[in-house]
Amino acid sequence: MDEKTHTFRYTVHGEDFLSAGEASMHAKRTLKELGYSSDLIRRVSVAMYEGEINMFIHAGGGEAKMEVGENEITVTLIDWGAGIPDVDMAMREGYSTATADIRSLGFGAGMGLPNMKRFADELTVSSTVGVGTKVVMRFAIRNKE
Amino acid sequence: MMGKMTVRELGDKLNLTAFCLPNPDAEVTGGYVGDLLSWVMGRAGEGQAWITIMSNRNVAAVAQLTEVACVILAEGVQPDSDLLTAAEAHGINLLGSARDSFTLAVELGKRNKE
Ligand SMILES: Nc1ncnc2c1ncn2[C@@H]1O[C@H](COP(=O)(O)OP(=O)(O)OP(=O)(O)O)[C@@H](O)[C@H]1O
Ligand SMILES: [Mg+2]
Repeated sequence: MDEKTHTFRYTVHGEDFLSAGEASMHAKRTLKELGYSSDLIRRVSVAMYEGEINMFIHAGGGEAKMEVGENEITVTLIDWGAGIPDVDMAMREGYSTATADIRSLGFGAGMGLPNMKRFADELTVSSTVGVGTKVVMRFAIRNKE
Repeated sequence: MMGKMTVRELGDKLNLTAFCLPNPDAEVTGGYVGDLLSWVMGRAGEGQAWITIMSNRNVAAVAQLTEVACVILAEGVQPDSDLLTAAEAHGINLLGSARDSFTLAVELGKRNKE
C-alpha cells in the first residue's frame, strides 16, 4: 500500500441485528463516491457484507477495515470469536454450523466464504480456535469508470 | 428479445402490491428467485426482479448490494416493519403478491418477452 491509501475503519457489533451490514453499506457508498466501476463496487461490498455477517453471526462481532490504494482495495475483518477449527472445510460450498434461528433469517447456506473467494482476487483466512479469525481480501483496481 | 419494462409497469401488469416504490422507473431486465441470502448475493444481478419469501431487514441490505431493480415478496408475505423502514431509507422498490414464487417467475418471464 502506498501513501495515497485511504483507510476506513468500522466496528461490527455482535448483538445489534439492525446494524449488521452497516460497514459494507458505508463502504459501498464510499467507493461509489470515489467513482470506481460498478463491478468492482459490487464485488467488494458483497464480499465485505458476507464477512461482516459472519462476524456478527459466528463470532459475536469484530472489526472491519477497508483500505483503498492506487492499485488495489484491501478489506480486513478481525474478530475474537470462537475461531474456525477447519478452514478448508468451512470454505466448502454448503458447509455451515449456523443454528435454526440463523437459517430462518436466510443465512446459513454455507455460501458466504465461497462467495468471498469468488468475488475477491485473493482471500486469506487465518483462524485459531479460542482466539479468533482474520480474513483478508484483496481486489485489484483494473480501471476507473 | 426482452422489451423494456419498468418496475411500475411490472407492478401493474402482475397486479403487485407496492409496499414501497421510491424508484418506479428502474428498468427490469430479468429475474432471480431465492430465499437463502448468500445464494442471492452470489447470483442475483443488477436490474433483476428478486422474488423471495424472506421478509426481514437483511432483504433490504441484499437488494442494495446486488442492485436488483425490485424485491417481490411472494405467497402473501408481508414485510417486517424493519424491512419496510430499511427499504424506505435506502430507496429499495418493495412489492408483493399472494401468488407463489413459481407463478410469479412464469408471469415475469412472459411479460419480459412482450
Ligand atoms: N468469523 C467467523 N468466526 C467463526 N466461525 C466462522 C466465521 N466465519 C465463518 N465461520 C464458520 O465457517 C462456516 C462457513 O461460513 P460461510 O460464511 O461459508 O457460511 P454460513 O455463514 O454458515 O452461511 P451463509 O454465509 O451462506 O449465510 C460457518 O458456518 C462457521 O462455522
Ligand atoms: Mg456466512
